[in-house]
Amino acid sequence: MSSSSNTNLKELVLNGIVKENTIFKLALSLCPSIAVTNSLKNGIYMGLAVLFVQVMVNLTISLMRNIIHPKVRLPIFMLVISGWVTVTQLLMAAFVPDVYAKVGLYIALIVAFASILARAEMFASKNSFLPSMADGLGMGIGFLFALTTISFFRELLGKGSLTVPTGLATQHVFTFINTKPLLIMVLPAGGFLAVGILMALFNWINARYAAKAASH
Amino acid sequence: MSSEFTKLFELIVSASLINNFVFTRFLGLCIFFGVSKKMETAVGMSITFTAVMMISAAISWVIFNLVLVPLDITFLEIIVFIGIIAGLVQVSDTIMRKVSPGLYYKLGIYLALISTNCIILAVPLVSAGEKYSFIQSLAFGLGSGLGFALALIIMASIREKLELAEVPAPFKGLPMAFVVTGLIALAFTGFSGLITL
Repeated sequence: MSSSSNTNLKELVLNGIVKENTIFKLALSLCPSIAVTNSLKNGIYMGLAVLFVQVMVNLTISLMRNIIHPKVRLPIFMLVISGWVTVTQLLMAAFVPDVYAKVGLYIALIVAFASILARAEMFASKNSFLPSMADGLGMGIGFLFALTTISFFRELLGKGSLTVPTGLATQHVFTFINTKPLLIMVLPAGGFLAVGILMALFNWINARYAAKAASH
Repeated sequence: MSSEFTKLFELIVSASLINNFVFTRFLGLCIFFGVSKKMETAVGMSITFTAVMMISAAISWVIFNLVLVPLDITFLEIIVFIGIIAGLVQVSDTIMRKVSPGLYYKLGIYLALISTNCIILAVPLVSAGEKYSFIQSLAFGLGSGLGFALALIIMASIREKLELAEVPAPFKGLPMAFVVTGLIALAFTGFSGLITL
C-alpha cells in the first residue's frame, strides 16, 4: 500500500461501499439491518451511528497499533469499541431522544458487530491512520447506504409515506398512496423479506455486470 | 407463591415465543444464518447458547445491581457486560477443555463465536433495562435461549430440505434463507397477544 496517492484512498472508500458491502455482500451485522429499518429516519440514524463508531475505532486502533501488545489485542479492541459505542449512545440520548428510544438497544449492540472488530483486526491494526480512516469511512458509508435502501423501501411500501431527518427535527415528506399500504413490510417478517429480495437484486445486478464484462 | 411462579412461566413463554429474539427482535442473525445449514451444528449451538446465556444473565445481574447501581455508574453497562461475557467464554473454554475434552471437541468452536454475538449481550442489557429480579433475569435468559434454540432447529430442518429445491439463481443461498425466515417470522406473529405481561 503506497502512502502517497489519493486514488488509493478513494479505492479504499469504494471497496467498503461496493465490493465488500457489509450487509449485502458479507452478510455481517445483520441484526440492525432489519430491526431498525421500518422507518427511513431510524435507518439513517442507525447508519450514521455505525459510520461514526467505525471511523473512530479505526482511527484509535491505527494510532495505538504500535503500543498494543499482540497477545492482548482482542480485549483492547473490544474496550476501544465499547468506549466509542458508549460515547455514541450518550450523544444520541442527548440530541435525538425520540430516535434513541426506539433504536437504543441496537446502538448498544454495535459493540458486538463482527464487521467493526474485523476491520480493526484486519486493517486498522496494520495500517497508518489515513488509510484506516478511509477504510472506516467506506465501510460505514456502505452500511449507511444499505440501511437507507432497506428502510426506504420498507417505509414506502409499508406505511405509504416517508419521513426524513432534517437537522434534528423530522419532517413528513409525502404520501405515496392513500389506500391501505402493505402492512407486512413494516412488520418483522417484512424486514426479512425485504433484505432477502434486495440481496437477490444485488446478486442479479452483479451477475449481469460480470457477464457484460466477460463478453467484451 | 403460585402467582410468582406463573409470572416466571409467563416470562419464559414470552421470551421464547412472543418476543423471540430471532424473529421479533432480530438478534443473533449472523449466527442464525451461519450455523443453521446442518441440524447437528444447530443443536450444538443451541445447547451452548442457552447455557452461556443463563450464566451470563446471573453474573451480570449480580455485578449490575451490587456494583454498578450503588456506585451510580450504570452508563458503563456495555463495557462491563461485554467484559463479563468475554471472560466467561474464556473461562468456560478452559474448563471444558480440561474437564471434558469430548464435549470441547464438539462445542468448542461455538464458544469462540459467542463473545462477538449480540444475542448474548442483549440478555443482560434487556434485563437491566427492565429491572428484572435475580430469578426473573435467570428465567429471561432461559426463555431467550430456548427461543433461539427453537428458531435454529426450525431453520436447520427447512434449510436441509432447501438444498434440494430449485431456487432462481440470484436467490441462491442467503437471499432465499432470508425469505424463508420472513415466512417463519410471519407465522410467529401469530403468537403475539398470547400473554399480556
